[in-house]
Amino acid sequence: MTDLLKIDGLDVEFPTRRGTVKAARGVSLTVSPGEVLGLVGESGAGKSTIGNAIIDLLEAPGRVSAGSILFEGEELRGRNEAEMRRIRGDRIGMIFQDPQTSLNPLMTVGAQLVETIEKTNDLSATKAEERAIELLEQVGITEAKARLQAYPHQFSGGMRQRVVIALALAGDPDLIIADEPTTALDVSIQAQILDLIKQLCRQRELGVIIVTHDIGVIANIADRVAVMYRGEVVETGDVAQILGAPEHEYTKSLIAAVPRADRKLDRFSSVDYIEGGTKPFQRIDIQTHWLGKSLHDRRSGAAIEVENLGLSFVLQKSVLKRNRKMLQAVDDVTFTVAEGETFGLVGESGSGKSTVARLIAGLYRPDAGNIRVIGQDVVSSPRSAAAREARRALQMIFQDPYSSLNSRMRVLDIVAEPIRFYKLTSSEAETRKIVGDLLDHVGLGAKAALRYPHEFSGGQRQRISIARALASRPRILICDEPTSALDVSVQATILNLLKDLQQELGLTMLFISHDLPVVRQMCDRIAVMRHGRICEVSETETLFSAPEHEYSRHLLDLMPRMDLLGSARA
Amino acid sequence: MLFFILKRLSQSILVMAIVSAVSFSLFNFVGDPVNNMVGQDATREQRVEIRQQLGLDDPVLTQYTRFLGNMLQGDFGLSYRIKRPVDELIFERLPATLELVFVSAIIALLVGITMGVYTGIRRKSWASRAILSISLVGVSLPTFIIGIALIYIFAVHLRWLPSSGRSGTVDLGWWKTSLLTVDGWRAIILPAITLSLFQLTLILRLVRAEMLEVMQTDFIKFARARGLSERAINFRHALRNTLVPVITIIGINIGGLIAFSVITETVFQWPGTGLMFIQAVDFVDVPIMAAYLVFVALLFVLINLVVDILYFVVDPRIRLGD
Repeated sequence: MTDLLKIDGLDVEFPTRRGTVKAARGVSLTVSPGEVLGLVGESGAGKSTIGNAIIDLLEAPGRVSAGSILFEGEELRGRNEAEMRRIRGDRIGMIFQDPQTSLNPLMTVGAQLVETIEKTNDLSATKAEERAIELLEQVGITEAKARLQAYPHQFSGGMRQRVVIALALAGDPDLIIADEPTTALDVSIQAQILDLIKQLCRQRELGVIIVTHDIGVIANIADRVAVMYRGEVVETGDVAQILGAPEHEYTKSLIAAVPRADRKLDRFSSVDYIEGGTKPFQRIDIQTHWLGKSLHDRRSGAAIEVENLGLSFVLQKSVLKRNRKMLQAVDDVTFTVAEGETFGLVGESGSGKSTVARLIAGLYRPDAGNIRVIGQDVVSSPRSAAAREARRALQMIFQDPYSSLNSRMRVLDIVAEPIRFYKLTSSEAETRKIVGDLLDHVGLGAKAALRYPHEFSGGQRQRISIARALASRPRILICDEPTSALDVSVQATILNLLKDLQQELGLTMLFISHDLPVVRQMCDRIAVMRHGRICEVSETETLFSAPEHEYSRHLLDLMPRMDLLGSARA
Repeated sequence: MLFFILKRLSQSILVMAIVSAVSFSLFNFVGDPVNNMVGQDATREQRVEIRQQLGLDDPVLTQYTRFLGNMLQGDFGLSYRIKRPVDELIFERLPATLELVFVSAIIALLVGITMGVYTGIRRKSWASRAILSISLVGVSLPTFIIGIALIYIFAVHLRWLPSSGRSGTVDLGWWKTSLLTVDGWRAIILPAITLSLFQLTLILRLVRAEMLEVMQTDFIKFARARGLSERAINFRHALRNTLVPVITIIGINIGGLIAFSVITETVFQWPGTGLMFIQAVDFVDVPIMAAYLVFVALLFVLINLVVDILYFVVDPRIRLGD
């Protein structure tokens, strides 16, 4: 088979004030028609750069400095803008990560399709519209004709990604570059979109490059895999070989770090293949330290009790009650979390799991039901001293490490804020000492205190969030998708840190996630949520081996199949 | 949408009620109206008589109700100085001001948006840099200095345009316009440019900032990846997405144009309501001041209402209410 795309010795560099950064070094890849090539690596590995370099849309000031990109035997490097425009869309299509942002919100889906079809096919307006309907039907959108008049915000995330795919297919390209096409989607939608891409690839003899950080996606869709690490392709091969018997050390540790869905382990194996390595950090002695002060007055019993909790949001306002559209976000939810337990809440987006967390943390007030935190009713008298004390004992760690820290505050002040607010120390000097200790303990080092959040990576920021949560000496941590914005290797270290802290401090954890393998490793018991209701509450191992509820079974079926990974990590 | 407009309308009424109360209080707190009307040598009896005529001895609430009732019928009383009905005076002067504001708003919009788009797209060209540097002048120099400078250059030095006043008006019966004659246009150009300069730079900078932001979004990148032409990307995709914040500012700004016209009209001796207001302040002609206050507030409120409705037209997400 001839190569559709052949990249040879590609170098991409970004000249900056402090010197030139090489985002890709000597990258060589090939893609054949009808083949899916998975380009896998962690953030910053340069995998998206390769995709952008192919269609000459590198972010300024990036440029290709060496190597060749042969597409159907023609060199793509050094083409002018007009020539590239004829290649983009017509011969190479691209799909981006976030369907929420890759469509113009002010234009109807039909108008966006028609303009693209007119450009790529030289069709008249009516013909283009017929073609648009055809395309939408091909990507599995029903009632395509009516949907042409709809705006992007009237589609769900998965449907929007289908529209994006239809747009990418509009010019009948031979190669599709999909940059993290399913990262922003739910598991069930993810499976559908991957199926669609694979099916289109086979039917149309398309070459597909899937850029992703998710080994599960690779296992499901790729025929061949190229593993990238720091701008270089470290290993290329068949998907079965790469996942089953990786040769390079980095690939081995990357695959080992993928949380296992099949078996519960004590700790997550982390990616130890890190050039330069990390410094070991000073941990404090909990028994004697300020942080462990309340360790001894732990009691047994329920840490969080939630009874018949309900909350609805108004979707559409109206004076008349019957015209109002309401969303029952949380509907009759009841569960109890015992002290020292890790309780998992799983479900797809929109299932109400985060809303439950926010209700417990007091960020929303429930319409119905009751919440008790360490035996204290926090709903009926939220301003009482006892409720305040209960809230101090309950802290939250949020999903997005970028927006959950105030970028104008130093790390010192971020972590010290709960200590100062609850007046937990006698002097400012003691506060600063404790902040330093906390930062040491979470593996950042006390020196981080004087810096600002933007100087840290996602994983480091999440450590700051954890230090901030610990600063009020909590007994309960609510972790709302704490690692879903992070790379696999970073995820493993953060989850290990949370596990360690829980054991040392006897913390109770409410762990919210859509990632079943992670939940299996973290939690003692799990509640499965759907449409604001709890489907089932089970012991973790029971849920994974013998799920009771139909929806739990459905979710488990959707877990990426990892059987290929078996031999490598036994 | 009806719900939304009704809500805005009730807010507007509240604003107008507050403004009318403030303008009413002018009568009682700014000078003694009787002193302003009669000469130094008026007798005590004359003064008492005038007080009674004006109803100044009635309780405050009665006076306010009367004021409101009259106002709703368009009656703002007699000017203390000219002794003519205020509403007549305002309507005489209104066309001049509105035409000035209209022409300068058009200049500000056309030039501001065009240059904003240009500097947003060709970020690094020397022309963009030049436009941005010059635009700083527009923001930082006060209107009257720009006006005087323009008069000096174009009227005194080059003698191309008249230095002040309004000429070439055509009476349409209900409206005296100066936009139908060459003379009229020659007279309006300088004050209109002076008035528009500040708004123009504001719009320019806003459109530019919004363009830069929109150009970074995923949907622009995706449009590029589909091979769409630069023109389609810049105008069909980018420009419209910059418009929502721009419309907000324009709404506030057109109100601002009316308010700023006071200075411009004074500099150019433009016979509009602004100039009338300044003269009224000089003579403590309270009825004119009060009426002008109510009138400007009404314009602000109306413009903002129109702006809110425009959101619906531009952004389908608001229009369809999800």
